[in-house]
Amino acid sequence: MSVDTHAHTNGNGHAHDHGDRGHGGHELPFWKKYIFSVDHKVIGIQYTVTALVFLLFGFCLMMLMRWQLAYPGQPAPALIAKLIGENAMPGGVMAPEFYNQLGAMHGTIMVFLGVVPLAVGGFGNFVMPLQIGAPDMAFPRLNLASYWIFLPGCILMMCGFFVQGGAAQSGWTSYPPLSDIATTGQTVWLLAMVLIITSSLLGSINFIVTIVQMRAKGLTFWRLPFFVHAQLVTSFLLLLAFPPLEAASVLQLMDRVAGTSFFLPSGLVISGEQLKVAGGGSPLLWQHLFWFLAHPEVYVLILPALGIVTEVMANNTRKPIWGYRLLVYSVIFLGFMSFVVWAHHMFMTGMGTTMSTFFQTTTMIISIPSVVIVTCLIMSLYGGNIRFTTPMLFATAFLPMFAIGGLTGLPLGLTASDIYLHDTFYVIGHFHYVVAPGTLFALFAGVYYWYPKATGRQMNPTLGKLHFWCSFVAINFVFMPMFFQGMAGLSRRLYDPTVYMHGRGVQPLNVVISMGAWALGASQIFFIINFFMSLKTGEKVLENPWNATTLEWAAPSPPGHGNFLTEPVVYREPYEYSVPGHATDYSPQFVAEGN
Amino acid sequence: MSDTVIPYMVKPHPVTGIPNGKFAIWLFLASEVMLFGALFSSYVLIRTGAPHWPPEGGLSSEILDVPKATFNTAVLITSSITMVLAWASCKMKNLPKFKMWMAITIALSFVFLVVKYFEYAHKFELGHTPAHDNFYAIYFTMTGLHGVHIIGGIIVNFYLLTFGSKLWKTDPEHFTNRVENAGLYWHFVDLVWIFLFPSLYLL
Amino acid sequence: MDEKVYGWWLPPDVSTHGAKIDHLISVVHWFMLLLFVGWGCFFIYCLLKYRQRPGHKAIYAPIAAVATKYIEGAVVVVEVFLLFGLSTPVWLAYKNSPPDDSAALHIKIVAEQFAWNFHYPGKDKKFGRTDASLISGDNPLGVDPEDKDGKDDIITVNQLHFPVHTPVVVEVSSKDVIHSFNIPVLRVKQDTIPGQRIPVWFEATQTGHFELACAQLCGLGHYRMRADVLIDSPEDYAKWEADNLPPAAEAPAAAAPETPPAGNTPGPSDRPQEPEKAPKGEKK
Repeated sequence: MSVDTHAHTNGNGHAHDHGDRGHGGHELPFWKKYIFSVDHKVIGIQYTVTALVFLLFGFCLMMLMRWQLAYPGQPAPALIAKLIGENAMPGGVMAPEFYNQLGAMHGTIMVFLGVVPLAVGGFGNFVMPLQIGAPDMAFPRLNLASYWIFLPGCILMMCGFFVQGGAAQSGWTSYPPLSDIATTGQTVWLLAMVLIITSSLLGSINFIVTIVQMRAKGLTFWRLPFFVHAQLVTSFLLLLAFPPLEAASVLQLMDRVAGTSFFLPSGLVISGEQLKVAGGGSPLLWQHLFWFLAHPEVYVLILPALGIVTEVMANNTRKPIWGYRLLVYSVIFLGFMSFVVWAHHMFMTGMGTTMSTFFQTTTMIISIPSVVIVTCLIMSLYGGNIRFTTPMLFATAFLPMFAIGGLTGLPLGLTASDIYLHDTFYVIGHFHYVVAPGTLFALFAGVYYWYPKATGRQMNPTLGKLHFWCSFVAINFVFMPMFFQGMAGLSRRLYDPTVYMHGRGVQPLNVVISMGAWALGASQIFFIINFFMSLKTGEKVLENPWNATTLEWAAPSPPGHGNFLTEPVVYREPYEYSVPGHATDYSPQFVAEGN
Repeated sequence: MSDTVIPYMVKPHPVTGIPNGKFAIWLFLASEVMLFGALFSSYVLIRTGAPHWPPEGGLSSEILDVPKATFNTAVLITSSITMVLAWASCKMKNLPKFKMWMAITIALSFVFLVVKYFEYAHKFELGHTPAHDNFYAIYFTMTGLHGVHIIGGIIVNFYLLTFGSKLWKTDPEHFTNRVENAGLYWHFVDLVWIFLFPSLYLL
Repeated sequence: MDEKVYGWWLPPDVSTHGAKIDHLISVVHWFMLLLFVGWGCFFIYCLLKYRQRPGHKAIYAPIAAVATKYIEGAVVVVEVFLLFGLSTPVWLAYKNSPPDDSAALHIKIVAEQFAWNFHYPGKDKKFGRTDASLISGDNPLGVDPEDKDGKDDIITVNQLHFPVHTPVVVEVSSKDVIHSFNIPVLRVKQDTIPGQRIPVWFEATQTGHFELACAQLCGLGHYRMRADVLIDSPEDYAKWEADNLPPAAEAPAAAAPETPPAGNTPGPSDRPQEPEKAPKGEKK
């Protein structure tokens, strides 16, 4: 294929009906480019940067908590204690309510302000329209609105730390009645959630319409890159699962602001005082509404990650993905099933045997497509010609990490073993393996993989590999010991685990975990340096630095406004690598036969 | 702001048979179904868990103002019809008629809100705030959220009636599509009321 | 019970039903380990064998991997077995077969921020009527002083006594927020939902001193919401019950060894108390 080397030239003068595209050459002023841009790539980068900042912030909260867990009751280093203030850390020792704030906000930030915006808002926005050969999203202004609803939501969420009583402290799950009677921070949390949910809804509508309506010529559903399939299913999950949480948030807001008692049963006595509400509500109603969202939310976290891993693996094994259609069927099935498993988070709420049997059965069923997906991805390695680039390292590590996360879900999904393991550190280990070394590693793979497309420069491979190996080792020291703590029966969300005999038994592990967490934090310095340094000094690249096959690599790096210089046409399946008899080991979708 | 041409903004997509906007509005309505579905489920759950409904005794049809609500139902249904007429006028390339029907639709929506205001005011006078008991909590939350949807509809319709109608001059088909989408939303809001009315006031 | 028994794996099991749960946990973990090691070996083999090197080429044609179908099939079969062979029967047996009422000891458990109240029926095996509106500082459960069934009720705070080899039916509920009744060594866990009374039963096989831990975040004092679990020999239990019966006169004075912390007083004073090393009634 003839390659037009300069990213910003647009000189081949195609005079078709999309003639006014491609004004990549002219530079817009900063405020116009980054504040009011309707370009999906700019919005994608906005989401990416915002989400990365929040991921770092959310992780800092956790590193702070890890001090208290490793050395309960000992004053934190003076500098940190000073920074946090006497109020939250009297005498340098973390107050229990501050610990609870950190816990609740860590969960909320990581899920709603970090991973989802990065996976869907960031990668989805930036990559998906490119991969389907679209000039932009179907509704660019809606896209803009989605970001500018999201960001105030994030800022509002942060404001929680500064209101009377501090941020929300009832866990990211915000179970009432605890959350109903909590301090003002909870109201702020709910309002912020309403904004973030609204933003997600707008985004998901935009994604679905774009994927269905705006695919390039020749790009049939079975020729879509797997990442696009994953985004499509994810968007449907967001679209249908988020409204119930919005409803639940409205109800909880009413409880807190208007004094209703949707989630408050009659006869509550708080600290020896009768609570003056009408009563008659149901605390479990919140849990049903919440988990009806939050279980699909798990798949919102993991599906885009699977999509990224699949892209990176196909590219770096230099062969087609094994069982591509099986993968697509599996994620669609996962999407459907994720709506009927929510109550497996509630086995300990005293549900009847019929309901618990139903939900543990659906939970076992949903594990099957996950097994199929892991099998397909591992089989994709077989017979490959594997390049261990930085994105591939992260994508490769994703597989065993996701497998650990998935497998440890089994004893939690079975009601009998859940009696013991429910609400212990085993649960924490389980879902962190899915989300942290799982999804986050996939997202890192995505950053390294698409960075050249977004900036026109490669990230530094040496720093990248340092980042990978340090993170990989550290993160396993963080989450592996949690399974043993959970096995020992240690409950989650404990400010001081040494109160309990079984907690004192596994306390040495807490020191190991904290060391691991701080080492993991330090490892991210490689990434931060790399991310900014490569903007200036990274190796310059052409359109297709990875010799990849999918459509985003047909556009210039970085793509100008309108994305493609010529209207892309798709000729074949997404992962045609190492086709026998072909001169190169890749046959891009966008190149006609014979090239 | 965008100088990128998005395909199928006006013309239907050859495979799906609808333009982008209509597709989006159907997706939006799907999420709205989930929103109100969740609220109705909550209502069912709280109601079935209560020893008596309404908790303070009596019948919901005695507590709530059925005549006003019946009148409001008629108002909303009529507004749905005028909304269809507004869209049909666009289809028949008759902008003045569109403006007339749209104005009537908006006027009817205001009538609905005014009646609703009197209903609310009466309840508050009696001290029946949302905090009174869960019957009022649900009544105010659901009708309130529905009211917010009505206000949203008024804003959209008002935009189409005034500033938005400039699009008529440049791209009447696009404008007609927008009216149709606003109409779809309006019918949905109407439909929600048709579920709300019997389940809150009558049952 | 010596602290040394608490290691990095399951703590000792002192219940009649716990062995089956432990068995399930161990079977599931062997199955997980097998799958993981199997996948892992193949995974590492692929990474080494198919790494990029001069002269090496990827294979385009999809591999007809029949083995994967069998493995996936086997996973399904094993999961069905785990589900219907091991998990469901344990759950059904545990949830659906409460012990015979006459032989069992009944205890009402009321959780609150941040303490556990245990309400024993006393000699007459009848609980006194309780009413939330009667709750006050010295009547933490709101037992009706007029009710004669309540005259001999025993109420303890953070001290759960019960005899070994006797089925115990507890009815858990909460005054304020959701807590979770969790005794790891008994393999028992049940969320306490305000407004609901949920029965749970268990039978201990050993005497000893153990702990009850709240497992559901319930506020700033969640971490210190522990209670001593004292499994007594029948004789010791009878003695304890006799010692703690209220003087069969007026109000049901609570035999509370400590009063529950009243409300949200955060700060350094919120540090946990060292658990009592030798509460009365403990037997090794």
